[in-house]
Amino acid sequence: MITLNINGKEQQLDVEDDMPILWALRDVLHLTGTKFGCGMSLCGACTVHLDGQAIRSCITPVSAAAGKKITTIEDMQNQKIGQAVQSAWSEIDVVQCGYCQSGQIMAATALLATNQKPSDADIDAAMTGNICRCGTYPRIRAAIHNAASKLA
Amino acid sequence: MNAPINISRRTFIKATALVAGGLIIGFSIPYAKRFLMPGAAPDAAPDAAKDAPKLPAPNAFLRIGSDNTITVMLAHSEMGQSIWTTLPMLIADELDADWSTIKVEHAASAPAYIHTTYGIQITGGSSTTWSEFDRYRQAGALTRALLVSAAAEKLGVTAESIKTENGFVISGDQKIPYGDLAEVAAKIETPKTVTLKDPKDWKIIGKATKRLDGPEKINGTAVFGQDIHFEGLMTAMVARSPVFGGTVKTFDATAAKQIKGVRQVVQVPTGVAVIADNYWAAKKGREALKVDWDLGVNAKLDSKIMLEEYRKMAATAGLPAAKAGDTKAALANAKQLVEAEYSLPYLAHSPMEPLNCAVKIEKDSCEIWTGTQMQTTDQLAAAKILGLKPEQVSIHTVFLGGGFGRRANPVADFVSEAVQVAKAAGVPVKTVWSREDDVKGGHYRPMYLHKANIALDANGMPTAWQHVAVGQSIMKGTSFEAFMIKDGVDATSVEGAADSPYLKSIPNYDISLHTVQATIPVQWWRSVGHSHTAFVMESLIDEMANLAQKDPLAYRRTLLKDHPRHLATLNLAAEKADWGKPLAKGVFRGIAVHESFGSFVAQIAEVSVTEGEVKVHRIVSAIDCGLAVNPDSLKAQMESSVSYGLGAALQSEITFKDGMVVQSNFHDYQVMRMANMPKVEVYIVQSTEKMGGVGEPGLPPVAPAVTNAIFAATGKRIRTLPIGNQLA
Repeated sequence: MITLNINGKEQQLDVEDDMPILWALRDVLHLTGTKFGCGMSLCGACTVHLDGQAIRSCITPVSAAAGKKITTIEDMQNQKIGQAVQSAWSEIDVVQCGYCQSGQIMAATALLATNQKPSDADIDAAMTGNICRCGTYPRIRAAIHNAASKLA
Repeated sequence: MNAPINISRRTFIKATALVAGGLIIGFSIPYAKRFLMPGAAPDAAPDAAKDAPKLPAPNAFLRIGSDNTITVMLAHSEMGQSIWTTLPMLIADELDADWSTIKVEHAASAPAYIHTTYGIQITGGSSTTWSEFDRYRQAGALTRALLVSAAAEKLGVTAESIKTENGFVISGDQKIPYGDLAEVAAKIETPKTVTLKDPKDWKIIGKATKRLDGPEKINGTAVFGQDIHFEGLMTAMVARSPVFGGTVKTFDATAAKQIKGVRQVVQVPTGVAVIADNYWAAKKGREALKVDWDLGVNAKLDSKIMLEEYRKMAATAGLPAAKAGDTKAALANAKQLVEAEYSLPYLAHSPMEPLNCAVKIEKDSCEIWTGTQMQTTDQLAAAKILGLKPEQVSIHTVFLGGGFGRRANPVADFVSEAVQVAKAAGVPVKTVWSREDDVKGGHYRPMYLHKANIALDANGMPTAWQHVAVGQSIMKGTSFEAFMIKDGVDATSVEGAADSPYLKSIPNYDISLHTVQATIPVQWWRSVGHSHTAFVMESLIDEMANLAQKDPLAYRRTLLKDHPRHLATLNLAAEKADWGKPLAKGVFRGIAVHESFGSFVAQIAEVSVTEGEVKVHRIVSAIDCGLAVNPDSLKAQMESSVSYGLGAALQSEITFKDGMVVQSNFHDYQVMRMANMPKVEVYIVQSTEKMGGVGEPGLPPVAPAVTNAIFAATGKRIRTLPIGNQLA
């Protein structure tokens, strides 16, 4: 048994210590907003926040989250930066297939939490680990600038 | 101008809703039974014409609920291209619906939803919007007519005195919401004709419209195949042969079964499946599994050696694809010659969502949940495996986490395998592919080699074009074979070359094809044959212009002078990119134009090369696709095509060594990322020409536009993709 704090709620899970957070969220708790893309921290689809930091949940075992706070896409609508990012995403109409967008939004909110006015270079550095095969990159960039101006 | 359209009873069907007392509009258009599934008995193929009078169920395209919601059923699959919004726009405009009440669902797998041109239920060929432009508008117009009749009856007025607006029927000072009329409308006789709106009266069609699937894809609630879950559903991973065509000799599941959460290990035709409580257990179980493979005939496969063989084949002419004049004699009299060989690698589609498929089998039925682009093929394959009738197999299409052609598998590979696993395991199963499984799993864009000899006259204009293409056929062995392969030539192997507009201005040409008999599974990859032919053709034109010492834009304009749609996109792109005006120091332009899927796209790339590193700064695109139903989603598709095509051109390749795929995940199968993505500008030619597609046509010109710019920057001609480190 391991206790995880997910989106502000303590949850007890009967899983192996080495199970990545991704599969605990998806297959055990059925919180499926967080996506599986590569399993090797190469694509960012599984991005969640651990104590506010963007992490790749596909390679981070549940044991590393003990005593820490996990935040997922499902909680973004309850957070100020999350709301601004989601509203910018909607305004710019960023999504296409949508599969990578949870991870993109989690990476973008983590960026804006530490950098209120990211430059294009800052966005490149923070977001280049998040692959979008539909190529929504120009709109993601525009939406991050848009969210930053909403938060200013 | 808009004459009433005759509609037969066999075409349009309406029925009262079984629930909520609403109105359902279904229709069933007899189609030419052009394609039959390989191996399927002729009577197994769905036949809408035959079934239509029997009201095939389900057949709804549109449902009006008594709560005023209007639900549009999609006959095609949403995989990012925004048809979830575009098709409802067609219905909503003709229906004068309140856009905020529109809901959307994927339709079931049924004969009623068969593609109006392709004869099976399929999403592909950039065809959804043009192929549904009439059917969906007619459904909207018919429904409006029924609602008007219902209101006329209810109010005791003539239909002509009634107008409709924003979800209401209006007569004098009375306004009745559509939902209140749905039940009465369902009982009214279907009119024999409907009149579609004059385009000047469109309120939604042609206007940039926000995606209806946006909200759920932003908050994480959109359901993809990976997200399917129900009580009793197990996760399965299949150990497949490391070499294509290999088979299981023996396997030892002892260690796999000791992994916590692993429930069963079963053999299936494609390998050995580990069935577990969740993905993590299935993955660990599969790692613990020991399989002894018979690697078969491909055990020594090597793509470098294959390319050498292609090169040898290209030395002689293949089967004729297009021919005119006396090419040999004209080449002998050439003032100048362009002689070049081009090659392009195998490519994986690698959609963000790895393949997956959930299957639940019962005594006389089977339910399948998956993101598929080709429901009919999947349904027939599942029925054949289980000994069921096709209609006993239900396919629930969910959002596709990218398709790019991979999810329209001609042999229903990922669906068939999931059905086999569920059948062998005797429990509901969701098969999940890892990223490595996806990258190594085949069904690639085939490797191609092209060799060309082009004669120029004293003015630098072409007099002869000899061209040999070498590669695997995509259509061979598929249901499209009879239609797409003529005299041994797969049209998709040479599309964009054998039918090139440039040939029209050249008196002598000889385009031929060697189809390679390899057993590597190949498949349509976004833009199909155009993904290689456009690179070759547009690079060759640039080589010719350079040899002729002419401006590459002016040279194209001369050759394409009788092709107004090519010219319009070239001119628009050139104007927007300020062709001919100086750029920042170190930045150079390249241009390309190509027609595919009925649309015309010109692109101008701005590129710099610094210490061997290529940086693409900006891509200016101009498209003529006829009417742009949703200009913003069109722009998004052009941005997407640039990203997908440019990522591949810069870095992607699948290679084989010792029979095995070398690449495995996104570290060695590199794709476009944020830091490499150029600025993309999209301009739409205002056009009333025939509608074409938008999902793919933006891809073919991007690679040659960039490599032509690299030539302008460095003098080095890139003739092999990916560009990789060729400039280092």
